[in-house]
Amino acid sequence: MIPPVANPDPTDPILRVGGLTVSFATDRDPVTAIRDVSFDVNPGEILSIVGESGSGKTVSLLSILGLTDPRTTTTSGSVIFKGKRILELPDREMRRIRGREIALISQDPMTALTPVYTIGMQIAEQIRAHQSISRRGARKRAVELLGEVGLPNPSEMVDRFPHQLSGGMRQRAVIAMALSCNPALLVADEPTTALDVTVQAQVLDLLRRLRKDFGSSIILITHDMGVVGEMADRVLVMYAGRVVESGTAEQIFDDPWHPYTWGLLASIPPLRGPRPERLASISGTPPTPANLPPGCAFAPRCRFRFEPCSNPPPRYKDDGHTALCFIPPEDRPRLRATVLGGERSAA
Amino acid sequence: MTDAAVLAARSQAESSAPPLLEARHLSKRYHFGKRLLPGSGKIVHAVDDVSLAVFPGETLGLVGESGCGKSTLGRCLTRLYEISEGELLFEGREIGHVGARQLKPYRRKVQMIFQDPSGSLNPRRRVADILAQPLRVHGIRPRAEIDDRLRELMDLVGLPPGYLDRYPHEFSGGQRQRIGIARALAMEPQLIVADEPVSALDVSVQAQIVNLFADLRDQLALTYVFIAHDLAVVRQVSTRIAVMYLGSIVELGSTDTVYGRPAHPYTEALLSAIPEPHARQQCERIVLQGDLPSPISPPPGCRFHTRCPFADDRCRTERPLLRPLDDGRSVACHYPRTEVSRTAGT
Ligand SMILES: Nc1ncnc2c1ncn2[C@@H]1O[C@H](COP(=O)(O)OP(=O)(O)O)[C@@H](O)[C@H]1O
Ligand SMILES: Nc1ncnc2c1ncn2[C@@H]1O[C@H](COP(=O)(O)OP(=O)(O)O)[C@@H](O)[C@H]1O
Ligand SMILES: [Mg+2]
Ligand SMILES: [Mg+2]
Repeated sequence: MIPPVANPDPTDPILRVGGLTVSFATDRDPVTAIRDVSFDVNPGEILSIVGESGSGKTVSLLSILGLTDPRTTTTSGSVIFKGKRILELPDREMRRIRGREIALISQDPMTALTPVYTIGMQIAEQIRAHQSISRRGARKRAVELLGEVGLPNPSEMVDRFPHQLSGGMRQRAVIAMALSCNPALLVADEPTTALDVTVQAQVLDLLRRLRKDFGSSIILITHDMGVVGEMADRVLVMYAGRVVESGTAEQIFDDPWHPYTWGLLASIPPLRGPRPERLASISGTPPTPANLPPGCAFAPRCRFRFEPCSNPPPRYKDDGHTALCFIPPEDRPRLRATVLGGERSAA
Repeated sequence: MTDAAVLAARSQAESSAPPLLEARHLSKRYHFGKRLLPGSGKIVHAVDDVSLAVFPGETLGLVGESGCGKSTLGRCLTRLYEISEGELLFEGREIGHVGARQLKPYRRKVQMIFQDPSGSLNPRRRVADILAQPLRVHGIRPRAEIDDRLRELMDLVGLPPGYLDRYPHEFSGGQRQRIGIARALAMEPQLIVADEPVSALDVSVQAQIVNLFADLRDQLALTYVFIAHDLAVVRQVSTRIAVMYLGSIVELGSTDTVYGRPAHPYTEALLSAIPEPHARQQCERIVLQGDLPSPISPPPGCRFHTRCPFADDRCRTERPLLRPLDDGRSVACHYPRTEVSRTAGT
């Protein structure tokens, strides 16, 4: 593991997650929801975590941010933010980092908003918690922020209550709140899943601008490969609590290695060109953490499984591209072509 | 009798047969607020003067942003909701305003499938009871044949017959949707109105159910109205597409026409907003400004004019009607995109 350093190089990863493993106490045996998750986030980078529901996306980020319930959750591994090990920090210090340097946007903006205060009051309060600024100054800043996230008539919107806003407006208000501290890292958990595509396009635009104007790094969690394709510099594909494939967006889309990634890509109906007679779906459903098969967790649904798959799969690595799978590199293009067609170049 | 709007509602149908189901100038309003004081209540114009024909064997996809009235229209088509105005014809017979008795045969022939099938799956009953109930109530099959029919239904939706003894909570979301579909099929319907049937499912499971819809259509000669906000899914399953905006149909035509060359600026914006796995090079995107106006006080003129990049004075005052274009599709726009030269400004 990387030893903590006091003054990190500005090109160093802003976040390094190593061997993150998370288990929950249950009525029966504890279940391990996240196993050995490792990744870096570089400055100014958009990292996408993609996977179906239950694959462990939210639990990963909550444990990174120290937001899991310590009474029922056991977390191991290391999380280094700007050179500092943050899993071990006392609550109070972690809270400071969360408000000031790492901002969280969740799928449901209502969880971040209090129904009884206007959004202006909530944003101003957030600003004043981290900055010594007058009430009036904070309110003025709130109006500016609401304008920056594209709310129409920000000076009027600032006095609205959350329920008086549409879903898309609320999500933008939450983003404004997250921006109030110019976070170095923004963690967005399915920020557009509840929104219509037209509003989603606005919010994604906003996230892109944020990266461009403030150089923020973004972890964008989604189950939508389209969103990943448009936004991500690098991608982690999660399945049953593990990272089954990781790489640059080009690697994942042009030369995917893992059969689960193939299946995900093939399951999406195309928007142009000929329509396939049938979609190449993945059979069955994902396992739950309590019922993980031995060996490769994807094996029961994988059409390419062979004997070795009942053992824990190795992680192939090449040029920052990794996959947790037994399929030898030379066999990949041929097998992949049976799912995705042959048009993909082995870039 | 068959006015221009009704004809426009039939545009680009593949079938020359008469429509199976036809809505003519159908409107649905919700009233809320203080209804006792006249004039003080508010009215939601959820579906506003919609004409739409569904032909045998086709899958008519109904798309649009949330709140545009898709579910309301779906529920009016199945007569789960009372219709405020207009006609509804099934096989040419008016059923929009008939009573429960005359409606009974129609209730069987037209089934609805929902996003969350749990509403129609009693949690305390086994799958076998859930599926057998409509068979008994409607006397669809003689008692002796019911067991065989249950197995057949499970087979149709791709579930092992052994699951008949299980309870709904023992299933995953995808499996529950299969049971919801089996329950609808038990009635031996001709038409299924499916309201966001795959929206709650993960992509890999969604693809399974989309395939199942296609298989069942072929095997059972079903006709679908398929409602969804996911435009890629709708493209995959539909033969024709109706695009809704604020309670009205703004474009109607064959799937390939509408997706290939959208004519309404709203359709164009909607399609361009979809993120695509392979569109990393950021093709020209139309980002619609502002939010959906309220259906309580819809804007005058064209309802889309408040967000339309091409709106002019005519659009702000004169409401465009759905009308056929030369290529056969219908559009409700004064300046369809296929009729203006596409400039670099888009
Ligand atoms: N507090 C908890 N106790 C027990 N299991 C949990 C808890 N939170 C999440 N899980 C389980 O961990 C797995 C991963 O969940 P999650 O991270 O929410 O998935 P995702 O965000 O990818 O949909 C799921 O199987 C979920 O049921
Ligand atoms: N029971 C109801 N009472 C009042 N308004 C309703 C009711 N149901 C739906 N609406 C309103 O009618 C409009 C259309 O809703 P709906 O048909 O559910 O749209 P969609 O299915 O396209 O999201 C929306 O503005 C919605 O708020
Ligand atoms: Mg989640
Ligand atoms: Mg709906």
